[in-house]
Amino acid sequence: MSMTLANQQRIKIFSLLSPAYLWLTVAIFLPLSAMFYFSFLSDVPFGQKEWFYSTENYQAFFQTTTYAKLLWKSINLGLMVTGCAVLVGFPCAYVLAKSIQGRSREALFLLVILPFWSNSLVRIFSWAIVLRGNGVLEIALNTILPFEVDVNLMFSTPAIVIGLVHSYLPYVILTSYLALQAIDDNLIDAARSMGANKLTILWRIILPLSLPGLLAGAVLIFVPVVGSFMEPRILGGRVGTYFGTVIEDQFVAVFNWPLGAALSFILLAVVLIILAVASPILRRAQT
Amino acid sequence: MAEVSVKNVTKKFGNFTALDDVSMEFPDGGFFALLGPSGSGKSTLLRTIAGFLFADSGSIHIGNKSVDLIPVEKREIGMMFQNYALFPNMTIADNVGFGLRVRKVSSDEERRRIGEALELVQLSTLGDRKPHQLSGGQRQRVALARAIVTNPRVLLLDEPLSALDKSLRVDMQVELKRIQHEIGITTIFVTHDQEEALTLSDKIGILREGRMIQSGPPRSVYNNPVDRFTAEFLGDANIVAENDGNGRLNVSGNPSIKIPEGAETASALAVRPESLSISATEPEQEGLSKVHGRLVQRMFAGAMSTCIVQCGSHTYKMVARDQDVPNLSEGENIWLSWKSAQTIVIP
Ligand SMILES: Nc1ncnc2c1ncn2[C@@H]1O[C@H](COP(=O)(O)OP(=O)(O)OP(=O)(O)O)[C@@H](O)[C@H]1O
Ligand SMILES: [Mg+2]
Repeated sequence: MSMTLANQQRIKIFSLLSPAYLWLTVAIFLPLSAMFYFSFLSDVPFGQKEWFYSTENYQAFFQTTTYAKLLWKSINLGLMVTGCAVLVGFPCAYVLAKSIQGRSREALFLLVILPFWSNSLVRIFSWAIVLRGNGVLEIALNTILPFEVDVNLMFSTPAIVIGLVHSYLPYVILTSYLALQAIDDNLIDAARSMGANKLTILWRIILPLSLPGLLAGAVLIFVPVVGSFMEPRILGGRVGTYFGTVIEDQFVAVFNWPLGAALSFILLAVVLIILAVASPILRRAQT
Repeated sequence: MAEVSVKNVTKKFGNFTALDDVSMEFPDGGFFALLGPSGSGKSTLLRTIAGFLFADSGSIHIGNKSVDLIPVEKREIGMMFQNYALFPNMTIADNVGFGLRVRKVSSDEERRRIGEALELVQLSTLGDRKPHQLSGGQRQRVALARAIVTNPRVLLLDEPLSALDKSLRVDMQVELKRIQHEIGITTIFVTHDQEEALTLSDKIGILREGRMIQSGPPRSVYNNPVDRFTAEFLGDANIVAENDGNGRLNVSGNPSIKIPEGAETASALAVRPESLSISATEPEQEGLSKVHGRLVQRMFAGAMSTCIVQCGSHTYKMVARDQDVPNLSEGENIWLSWKSAQTIVIP
């Protein structure tokens, strides 16, 4: 009797999960496998040229220091953007979760999610308008300030960081908000009754309890930013060469798909290694 | 340790008055209960004493000094919450030691005082566990240990026992009283449970709609309620006579209810269920008030029995030891009587 019940349960679970697995297979596993296959070829199999199996694409990464340097630059960009997004997003999530109530919270939430609703190209080009010399930012500053300033952030690392932070900020706000929302207000009251000031409460209670959400947000940002190419290209111009832009070039400009695929998998491996190394450390920090 | 005094405190939320000119004295070392229906402002009063809320007018003194400008962090209070509010990310020992670490106590002393506090609540062996690994009663004790480890001047408890089941609750009441007695800390607690308030406290305060209706030692409040609400809220009360609106007591045409001297203009007379006696025939002794009625229901509950009696338009409730209730069946005509001195005059 209980066996059949357990079986029914299993069938139910399986039938509920199967669409998700089907989707994962079709949308992620198949294309990814194809790419993985390409990365071991000498040329695209549907071109005119001869092709054969080789690992030369992976060797290419190690033959010069250029790729490694670019990868390092991308990882740094990822750390910088993630750091900025956390510094801006966490306080914002805290205010939303703990200080603001009722309708104004909903309105502010909408503003937070707004970047998700706009087309990313439109978003990036509007930043270009703001940041360029004689752009919106410079005009605005010169209207407010009594002295003349020259602001031309365009085609610089800060411009790339600003654009990326803006694109990915909602992730860290949303995940932190959910974690902060779950913290019982009585815990904060209890800490206050024991004489703890705001900083102690933040450091000893709020941060540890919301760390899982904060980290989830950070990972959600770090991973795509390391491989990003659109923002670096448009906002960075000549300084905007990163690992992601190189991969993109292989696909859209040079048509060396196998090299692009190999570089992508190297990126994936490095990111996974970073996360694997970081996770025990972070888990320890949580307790 | 210190006495607490609340003087004419008014607290408003928007234009809703949660506390209306509330005053009460809490002498040093006593155990006090705040009692009242839901929404009567008990938690609001406790949180105002704690310093989470600030009164709109009136003032609060702890140890003869006004604390009106002192925020909760500096008031040196210990507080225990209904859901215990233990920090889930810390061990039991770290939970208890939180207040000590905030006060930058040396680590030797911290360890010693955590040990003492856990010993006081009989949990010495569980210091390394996390809160989710404890039972409800154990969490309760940890919360208590955490609230008193810093030697606060006042201990404030908001419905500390309401999450426990009945038998555990009685154990914890005894425990709470023992610990309070041992360290002699002024303790104010909020409760829904009138029996708990009566058994534990030296003084109770009854709140209703934000006003302090009555305060005093449990026995005196129970025996001399200032109004009908208090009489019926604290224990059961049979209203035997009511003012007829012309300033005269109306004993419902029942001359065998004796009106105590000087009580002719009182608003009502009441008698407690446990003051009543039941008999099949009319009792003859002098000095008894009595009513005639019909036994509607008799309920056996172990030590005590409860009888419901219908007397004209009034329904009486009577409680007595089962052996003191004569063998009567439901539907019989009976007499209820009580010594006239037991009549409660509600002014
Ligand atoms: N922050 C607040 N804003 C507005 N109204 C409030 C607030 N806190 C409490 N109130 C109102 O004040 C009144 C008293 O609340 P309080 O929490 O003191 O009641 P209580 O006596 O503790 O009730 P309970 O026994 O249900 O806990 C209630 O009507 C409540 O709705
Ligand atoms: Mg309450």
